[in-house]
Amino acid sequence: MRYLPLSEGDRSAMLSVIGAGSIDDLFVDVPAEARQAGPIPGLPLHASEMAVERHMARLSAESLTAGEAPFFLGAGAYRHHVPASVDHLIQRGEFLTAYTPYQPEIAQGTLQVLFEFQTQVARLFGTDIANASLYDGSTASWEGITMAGRITRRKKAVLSSGLHPHYVETARTMARFTGDALVTSAPVLAAAADDDAVIAAIDADTACVVVQYPDVLGRIPDLARIAVAAQAQGALLVAVVTEPVALGLLESPGALGADIVVGEGQSLGVGLQFGGPYLGLFGCREKFVRQMPGRLCGETVDAEGRRGFVLTLSTREQHIRREKATSNICTNSGLCALAFSIHLSLLGGTGLERMAHLSHARARATADRLAQVPGVEIVNTAFFNEFAVTLPRDARQVVRDLAERKVLGGVSLGRLYPGETALANGLLVAASECTTAEDIDALGTALEEVLV
Amino acid sequence: MNDLNPAGWRPAMSADQGESAAVTTFTGNRALQLEEPLLFEIGSADRCGVDFDEAPDLPDALGAFRRKASLDLPGLSEPEAVRHYTRLSRQNYAIDLGLFPLGSCTMKHNPRLDEKVARMAGFADVHPLQPQQTVQGALKVINELAHWLIALTGMHGVAMTPKAGAHGELCGLLCIRAALEARGDAREVILVPESAHGTNPATAAFAGYRVENIPATEDGRVDVAALTARLGPDVAGVMITNPNTCGLFERELKTIADAVHAAGGYVYCDGANFNAIVGRVRPGDLGVDAMHINLHKTFSTPHGGGGPGSGPVVLSEALAPYGPLPFTARQADGSVRLVEEEDAPGIHPEGFGRMCAFHGQMGMFTRALAYILSHGADGLRQVSGDAVLNANYVLRGLEDVLEAPFGAAGPCMHEALFSDDGFAEGFSTLDLAKGLIDEGFHPMTVYFPLVFHGAMLVEPTETESKAGLDQFIGTMRSLAERAREGDPLLKSAPHLAPRRRLDETLAARKPKLVWKA
Repeated sequence: MRYLPLSEGDRSAMLSVIGAGSIDDLFVDVPAEARQAGPIPGLPLHASEMAVERHMARLSAESLTAGEAPFFLGAGAYRHHVPASVDHLIQRGEFLTAYTPYQPEIAQGTLQVLFEFQTQVARLFGTDIANASLYDGSTASWEGITMAGRITRRKKAVLSSGLHPHYVETARTMARFTGDALVTSAPVLAAAADDDAVIAAIDADTACVVVQYPDVLGRIPDLARIAVAAQAQGALLVAVVTEPVALGLLESPGALGADIVVGEGQSLGVGLQFGGPYLGLFGCREKFVRQMPGRLCGETVDAEGRRGFVLTLSTREQHIRREKATSNICTNSGLCALAFSIHLSLLGGTGLERMAHLSHARARATADRLAQVPGVEIVNTAFFNEFAVTLPRDARQVVRDLAERKVLGGVSLGRLYPGETALANGLLVAASECTTAEDIDALGTALEEVLV
Repeated sequence: MNDLNPAGWRPAMSADQGESAAVTTFTGNRALQLEEPLLFEIGSADRCGVDFDEAPDLPDALGAFRRKASLDLPGLSEPEAVRHYTRLSRQNYAIDLGLFPLGSCTMKHNPRLDEKVARMAGFADVHPLQPQQTVQGALKVINELAHWLIALTGMHGVAMTPKAGAHGELCGLLCIRAALEARGDAREVILVPESAHGTNPATAAFAGYRVENIPATEDGRVDVAALTARLGPDVAGVMITNPNTCGLFERELKTIADAVHAAGGYVYCDGANFNAIVGRVRPGDLGVDAMHINLHKTFSTPHGGGGPGSGPVVLSEALAPYGPLPFTARQADGSVRLVEEEDAPGIHPEGFGRMCAFHGQMGMFTRALAYILSHGADGLRQVSGDAVLNANYVLRGLEDVLEAPFGAAGPCMHEALFSDDGFAEGFSTLDLAKGLIDEGFHPMTVYFPLVFHGAMLVEPTETESKAGLDQFIGTMRSLAERAREGDPLLKSAPHLAPRRRLDETLAARKPKLVWKA
């Protein structure tokens, strides 16, 4: 009970001020049959800090961590080195334990960070503006689709087969209830991204095409060509970036004509975290600002004319428009946005480019090594930090066999696409600046052993 | 540097503005309160605070899409970055600095043990798609937390993946919709009481429902007669908040739930206020079918300037078969299995799919579990007891100087509601809130709930001491007095914050959302 400051003496003194006999009397409005007389049965009682820490440490030890093993997983979550100063700074109590900045006079720290974050994201994506973050890449993608629907007043979205299958599943869940029509297909393991198939599916009813860049198999679609084809039909291009580090080397989606760019910001500052919390990124053309979901920070002045920042354009939001709101989102990923922003500030444009260059080089070295393993075929011709290979047998089992040898060897396509037997032998392999030559060799050797 | 201070070197402020320390400096700094330029004004694209290895010299495999121009993003060296963000942090109020009496938002102490465990490598440095045998520690945390949530709420199942409270609302409504569809029942309407969070109607609309409002009674609770009269074959469900946003317990929730069930609908409970009853009342016993739990409110996760949150949804027996993927299940051998699409057709045939990529907010799960284990079943009961005790203490301490519209409607739960009735002409709740800033407190929640004019919703939480509450009550009494008398200094507050009142109209009229040179 170390977190509770009231003493028994305080409690009695306060109860007498209130005029109640006991704390239980304050729950008089709860129907008697629903009131628990004592602690809810079947649950343990309080534990000391030491005991809780020991329990959690024991559980933690039951996982094989990315840092302990040669590690090659990606598919929408990437392992990068996060400078120590990032975690130190986000743990400052004034950031960590601050509330949503609804009282701007005493939240300028958070607000200035959000304004800087918005600017960084807009520059990275090549969009006019960006918001102060959403939950994650998958939910941001759905928000991009619904926003395109509001703008075009159409209900059909064409999803490229290179879009992360979990993002497709998220959209499918939502579309089932909103009545949006989604056009999807499973990817074909071919060297090139299937830009032609996406373009062929666009028609006069299409609100948007959603194209991941680089896509889930690591291929790099021709966004500029797709943008032209979409816009010719009055549709919008929603580009999805699950690995923002790629934009250190690749042309930004906005510069290639994307109208809305969404992404997963986990790569910078946030870490793997077993899938969350992550960081939804969202940028778009300035003319769409009033249709944009999520929180926005804007610059203004105070009563003395000094520059300051506030949350703005909240007339789009749920607390004002209720059932007519642009979205029901009530929060952002503020702390993750802070971590992203600090990491990106430490990198700068030059650092991000070097980080991207290094990730790309290590991925190429990995591909070169795997190409020497008998039975392994590299699928991609072009890629950034992640590529697909085909194996001579079901990749799910191969991944488990590698794990037995303490090598985390990638993500099997069978796990991502459980119904698609044509993809069952596919394996996604990702590298980053954390990948060492020893890691690459360990993967190659282990793969040679398990494929025998 | 003059750009930082658009007025240039400013003369001392005049005494009639009420400045006690009206000294203006060249830098804009005020002793330890430092002005900090924007990143874009101090960084440069060629500066970098991270060292990298040399990359091996190989031809690139990027195809035709290599970036032509370099990225226009400023960089900082490590000392510059540390100073930039440390200085910015000092312009924030935070629960670590003092009382944060935000009704409906529950800003309580954040135990640092929870931060420590969230960073343990077995939870933080594991990939969501690692083979299941390599992530048993992380899966066991999810499963153990799920067990607690089910036990504390008296429900049947829990969907762990929703990423925030509003996302949990959506999840709960989708479960309701999926259950109705499974019995071939296409209902169209969700009833939402007036006192509900603004996310509730927005969520219902996003789930494809038509929203109808239900009025509140004069004592701040749902008008049960109006609600039951509206029930019918077109009503899919009711979204209700309990304890409600007026800080009161909905005494008739069981009656409402029975009526809704009899009419073929389901009851969604907004669990944002579960903090007030945790360990004492199980919502399942009151007939709730789905309720999200804001882990960050009830079980203390740092608010981080707006998030991330986490909104697991507990489900009744009727709705549990429809929850989203993935979820965890304990096996006979003690290991935990992650049920994904591959297993779903056999194990979870009616589930509606994913709400998001991956498994939800692991970093919040570890924090919540550490907090729950620290308190235990006995401590959580004390948590809700102290939260309610503190709120009633504040209510009694202020009700003679501030109008408390529902002060006689029964004990308040964890939050106390006041209005600006009796303030001098032209003085409002906002002025009192800004006055609190000068006194070193974060303002309470203002203008919410919308049920009457000038609302002030005060939630002290269980982690405030009696001495701290006495100081807050004394401060509020003094501010209430000044608002009644029409003190002009209150009207122009805050005077001592890093910024005076900010022009929100200008920000909305001419949005400047990104920095431009």
